[in-house]
Amino acid sequence: MAVCVAVIAKENYPLYIRSTPTENELKFHYMVHTSLDVVDEKISAMGKALVDQRELYLGLLYPTEDYKVYGYVTNSKVKFVMVVDSSNTALRDNEIRSMFRKLHNSYTDVMCNPFYNPGDRIQSRFVCLGRAFDNMVTSMMIPVC
Amino acid sequence: MEAAAAAAAGGGCGSGPPPLLLSEGEQQCYSELFARCAGAAGGGPGPGPPEAARVAPGTVTAAAGPVADLFRASQLPAETLHQITELCGAKRVGYFGPTQFYIALKLIAAAQSGLPVRIESIKCELPLPRFMMSKNDGEIRFGNPAELHGTKVQIPYLTTEKNSFKRMDDEDKQQETQSPTMSPLASPPSSPPHYQRVPLSHGYSKLRSSAEQMHPAPYEARQPLVQPEGSSSGGPGTKPLRHQTSLIRSFSVERELQDNSSYLDEPWRITEEQREYYVNQFRSLQPDPSSFISGSVAKNFFTKSKLSIPELSYIWELSDADCDGALTLSEFCAAFHLIVARKNGYPLPEGLPPTLQPEYLQAAFPKPKWDCQLFDSYSESLPANQQPRDLNRMEKTSVKDTADLPVSTQDVTGDDKQALKSTVNEALPKDVSEDPATPKDSNSLKARPRSRSYSSTSIEEAMKRGEDPPTPPPRPQKTHSRASSLDLNKVFQPSVPATKSGLLPPPPALPPRPCPSQIWAIMNSVAVNICIQVVEWSEQVSEAELLPQLSRAPSQAAESSPSKKDVLYSQPPSKPIRRKFRPENQATENQEPSTVASGPASAATVKPHPTVQKQSSKQKKAIQTAIRKNKEANAVLARLNSELQQQLKEVHQERIALENQLEQLRPVTVL
Repeated sequence: MAVCVAVIAKENYPLYIRSTPTENELKFHYMVHTSLDVVDEKISAMGKALVDQRELYLGLLYPTEDYKVYGYVTNSKVKFVMVVDSSNTALRDNEIRSMFRKLHNSYTDVMCNPFYNPGDRIQSRFVCLGRAFDNMVTSMMIPVC
Repeated sequence: MEAAAAAAAGGGCGSGPPPLLLSEGEQQCYSELFARCAGAAGGGPGPGPPEAARVAPGTVTAAAGPVADLFRASQLPAETLHQITELCGAKRVGYFGPTQFYIALKLIAAAQSGLPVRIESIKCELPLPRFMMSKNDGEIRFGNPAELHGTKVQIPYLTTEKNSFKRMDDEDKQQETQSPTMSPLASPPSSPPHYQRVPLSHGYSKLRSSAEQMHPAPYEARQPLVQPEGSSSGGPGTKPLRHQTSLIRSFSVERELQDNSSYLDEPWRITEEQREYYVNQFRSLQPDPSSFISGSVAKNFFTKSKLSIPELSYIWELSDADCDGALTLSEFCAAFHLIVARKNGYPLPEGLPPTLQPEYLQAAFPKPKWDCQLFDSYSESLPANQQPRDLNRMEKTSVKDTADLPVSTQDVTGDDKQALKSTVNEALPKDVSEDPATPKDSNSLKARPRSRSYSSTSIEEAMKRGEDPPTPPPRPQKTHSRASSLDLNKVFQPSVPATKSGLLPPPPALPPRPCPSQIWAIMNSVAVNICIQVVEWSEQVSEAELLPQLSRAPSQAAESSPSKKDVLYSQPPSKPIRRKFRPENQATENQEPSTVASGPASAATVKPHPTVQKQSSKQKKAIQTAIRKNKEANAVLARLNSELQQQLKEVHQERIALENQLEQLRPVTVL
């Protein structure tokens, strides 16, 4: 489903970014980077209201020819960005929402680990933390390849 | 049969290697086994060795001895083994070359699977042969990772000889866990034997040399791990082992517990003593067994295990089932067990093993044992732990020290402390008392004074800091009654005024020749102080106690530690005075105690005056005058006391009345 999943920290640097290896990964990185502007725009637009009322799911950030980019921001200003193939029209908004919810849950699980310092990369090398997170992301991305 | 077998073998082996199709796993296993068998004989390992340096191009045979041992370990009947050896061609050829060896292994696998021992059977897909020897630990180890990596199919035949396996395993694993901590962890998902090759190549020769020595070790009940490592393993293994031993000392106790406990089914099963130990550690961090250990506390604790952070975070991921950032008792036990296993060299599992699931742990080990049963377990664990404790391990003691310090800061009466301390000192060696003292509050209290000297961890220091400020309210009359030495009184005297706020410590010296009038003045000032204090302390100290103390204090030159600092303060100022009269008092003191109400206290205070006194009638008279004066002062103070008590009662009643009024008025105001 998703072609690229990225978790970006509050300071706008990536904590975790993963894309399907079929394409040029740099392109996805660039897309995620540029989508951050849109995210900030959306946050500031909604941000005037109380934080409680701000919805976490930002929806479609911007569509390109081949891809659609969706965004989601947590209350601690950690952003999730998901790039989805446009040809995959079967994907509905609800599904995207559920995917983001799963992402968010996995992310909080990573956070709960006291050995994880907030701001560290969520890496899953060497059997360290982020294993579950990585597996979950893989489950979201595998069908595409 | 034999001819046919020989012919088949000849046909198979004589012309070259038979079409042996080995899977990759089999290939690796067999090459390892071959290396093991070959290495023992001093010859080079077989083809495909993990390290090329070891290859001796000349001899590529496996010695018959280890091979025979290996075959016997497969637990096949002897005749089957004979058949196999014949079939594979070793008999014909006279030695076990790699080809023969591999064929033999495959035949063993076939036989174990129930297939007939034929050349044809090896053509099909077979499971890996299983060996159950203790000497050839490699087989067991070899079989183990496959199990550890989730299959768990072949676990049941890990016998109790696993103890030896584990120990030898530890040696190897230690070697390689220190340096390539990451690489074996990376490989488990891919190929279990791959992981084994590294330790094999490094440690095999050492293992073989120490195998004999290692044998006695596992069969000793409580043999600490360090000893076999340090002593029994011969030359080459000793140094790297020692080096690693120092690094992993903090958890060596748990390893011993594990080694000595029988792994009934799996390495992930927690035994009773392990469970107890984990529970004690849990208790040290969090006295309430049903609540959580927070993440930061657990993090500090587990960091002491010297495992790498990624490993620890992975262990956390596995064990914190509900992902709430806190560990319950079961989760904590699971995490601890995983850490211990990892320290012992087991690769971490992909998922939480079923025996470590919190529900399983809760069901298997009901929690109730905190209070009474721990006393039993205390005595049981005591001899068990004594031997491991004998070895000096700094980090271990540090871990224990955290266990020592209970979070509970109950006030301890001095005499209780003393009593417990003395009994503990008698009963336990110093090292042991730290750990077994943990489960009990009372025992932990007695361990507390001693454990303070070992502080080395942050938790411990924090807890110590937390403990130090709330000093117990001093009850010096008890200490006084119990005190058999001047020292105790001396100890309490400076401490009592120090803890109590307010008045400055008494002046160290007074004019050397105070006349009786001065004595009286001092008594008056004392009386003033007493009046102030009486209001405060009247609830706590009964009048009966007060009076004897007051009478005692002036009359005795000893440093009797009073319950109040006012009386106390009367002491030091009076002390220089008293000292003058000491020669006179000495004789009278012996009589005085009999007149004083609290006999033992006075008896105690009489003793500290060892100085030999000269007596004169003049001194006696002066003493008697002083006595009279003191008695008068005493009477005055007693009257004062009763008056103040009356006042206090009235004030109390007034207060109650006012409170009642307030309550009546309050509903009015609220509305």
